[in-house]
Amino acid sequence: MTQTAIHPETIKAGSTSSRPPRRRGSAGGRREKPNHLAGVLATVWLLIVAVPLYYLVAASFRTRQDYLSTNPLNPPADPTAENYGTVFEGGFPTYLVNTAVVTVATVAIVVGLCVPAAYAIARNTGRLVQRGFSIMLIGLAIPAQATIIPVYLLITQMRLYDTLLAIILPTAAYAMPVALLVMTNSLRDIPKELYEAQTLDGAGPFAVLRSLVLPLAKPAITTISVFTALNAWNGFLFPLVLTQSKDTRVLTLGLWDFQGQFGTNVPGLLAAVTLSVVPIFLLYLFGRRYLLGGLTAGFGK
Amino acid sequence: MQTGLQRPSAWYATPALLFFGLFALVPMVLVVYLSFTDWRGFGFPGLSGTENWTRLVQDGEALDSLGLTLLFMVLSWLVQTPIAIMIGVWAAGKQRNRAVLSTLFFLPLLLSTAAIALLWRSVLDTNFGVTQALPVLDRFNFLGDTSIVVYTVVFVVSWQYIPFHTLLYQAATRGIPASLYEAATIDGAGRFKQFFQITLPLLRYTIVTSSVLMLVGSFTTFDTILILTGGGPGTATRVAPLYMYITGFSAYELGYASAIAVLLLLLGGVLSLVVTRATGFRNMQSEQEGV
Repeated sequence: MTQTAIHPETIKAGSTSSRPPRRRGSAGGRREKPNHLAGVLATVWLLIVAVPLYYLVAASFRTRQDYLSTNPLNPPADPTAENYGTVFEGGFPTYLVNTAVVTVATVAIVVGLCVPAAYAIARNTGRLVQRGFSIMLIGLAIPAQATIIPVYLLITQMRLYDTLLAIILPTAAYAMPVALLVMTNSLRDIPKELYEAQTLDGAGPFAVLRSLVLPLAKPAITTISVFTALNAWNGFLFPLVLTQSKDTRVLTLGLWDFQGQFGTNVPGLLAAVTLSVVPIFLLYLFGRRYLLGGLTAGFGK
Repeated sequence: MQTGLQRPSAWYATPALLFFGLFALVPMVLVVYLSFTDWRGFGFPGLSGTENWTRLVQDGEALDSLGLTLLFMVLSWLVQTPIAIMIGVWAAGKQRNRAVLSTLFFLPLLLSTAAIALLWRSVLDTNFGVTQALPVLDRFNFLGDTSIVVYTVVFVVSWQYIPFHTLLYQAATRGIPASLYEAATIDGAGRFKQFFQITLPLLRYTIVTSSVLMLVGSFTTFDTILILTGGGPGTATRVAPLYMYITGFSAYELGYASAIAVLLLLLGGVLSLVVTRATGFRNMQSEQEGV
């Protein structure tokens, strides 16, 4: 459970041997007999994945005329970045900043609260703490959809409706059970002796947290940060119900709004969709292991 | 903070617990309260009796939406599981072309639900969509025909989530010791035999994890459907969570919507309990450590 950061690439790197690819059975066991069936199925799936994505990017560079008149699978006849300009004038920068604020704040809350909590859960065997942990794990089974109405009531009562905080607080709360689980498992893996050695040296719990827990838990902190950030970045339900005005709109809602706003300007809409993917795509390019680790946090064994 | 103690005090865990309690546990209780009110979105609601519940019991539309949710869950599982296993096992191979292709296979993971739903709306558009440029597919109105729109939704949701499950299967398959396959090859077992007698049995815990996530996930799927079809045409894709949302935030019958929400909460709880008990999900986590 704890090695949630273990994902394909690490395993791959670790197991690369001098031998030709033989690790998987149905894989390259016998080179003389390639697996045609698998090849065909993989190609079909490749088309199902790649064609819509190609269409997305291609259409975002089309002129409207081109979009309305040509085969959607042709490359853009007269590529233009005009749609991206339209998107930037249409409120996209505000949405981007709002989403960034929501994401950073949510990650800060989750990490700030879960690291000390996980430290207590891993090291304090008292009933209170352990009971609290069990209660939080119930959260793994609560669907946010089913509690959205009372959350809406709470937020309006706290006079937070239509603020970014209205998105941040519940998003953080619902990311916590998984984050805490991942974090706790990682801290439980730190050998007891290390904690004890520090304590013998006269370090208090806070000093141990700072000089032992934080450095050793870095991979887990990265994992829960990416996990939380993805949740916040892609979140739709909380912004939908808890905000309203353009000033507090986040990207996901903004995209939905573009659809109404742009009407028939589908290239404009698709340019907005493409732009919304760019930050995550960069993470995929440059930090693939962190992204995949965060995606499968808690389950990615 | 008592810094003199050897171990961290309970105070370290308190802020997290309070925060979570306020925004996740309090609402769980509050939603039950709200289901006994006729709250319409203004002020703080007062109790109004059990009328929401008597209404829910007689509400044919609610029953239909639950039936649709069940159908959606079953279809999603049936579509996603075999494909995710096949691609996951395939992608676990060491060949370079597989490594490159799996990078492409995972791309849908990068798109938000909103982005995916909007993308597919235009891909399936009956005037300018991609399907209009393809043979056979151009004959269908994927989002407008009530007899196929459910399958369209299942397809789009599968397109969104198969890469995630593929990732789980890929990692699990790579964890299977190569020696098992080597021994099987010496015994003369072919590719299919190896798949069904080695790979599949050893993936059983991953199949359980993946299925639990899939079933719970499709039980609560709502945003994809909201953007893709809005529940329509008519009520053809109005699953239970969407019915709750529309009742609550379009019709502003928040009291009645809360009753539906309580039902969802209960069913969701029962579902998690049944699936985890029936499959030994929790034990699995520890057994998996050894594999």
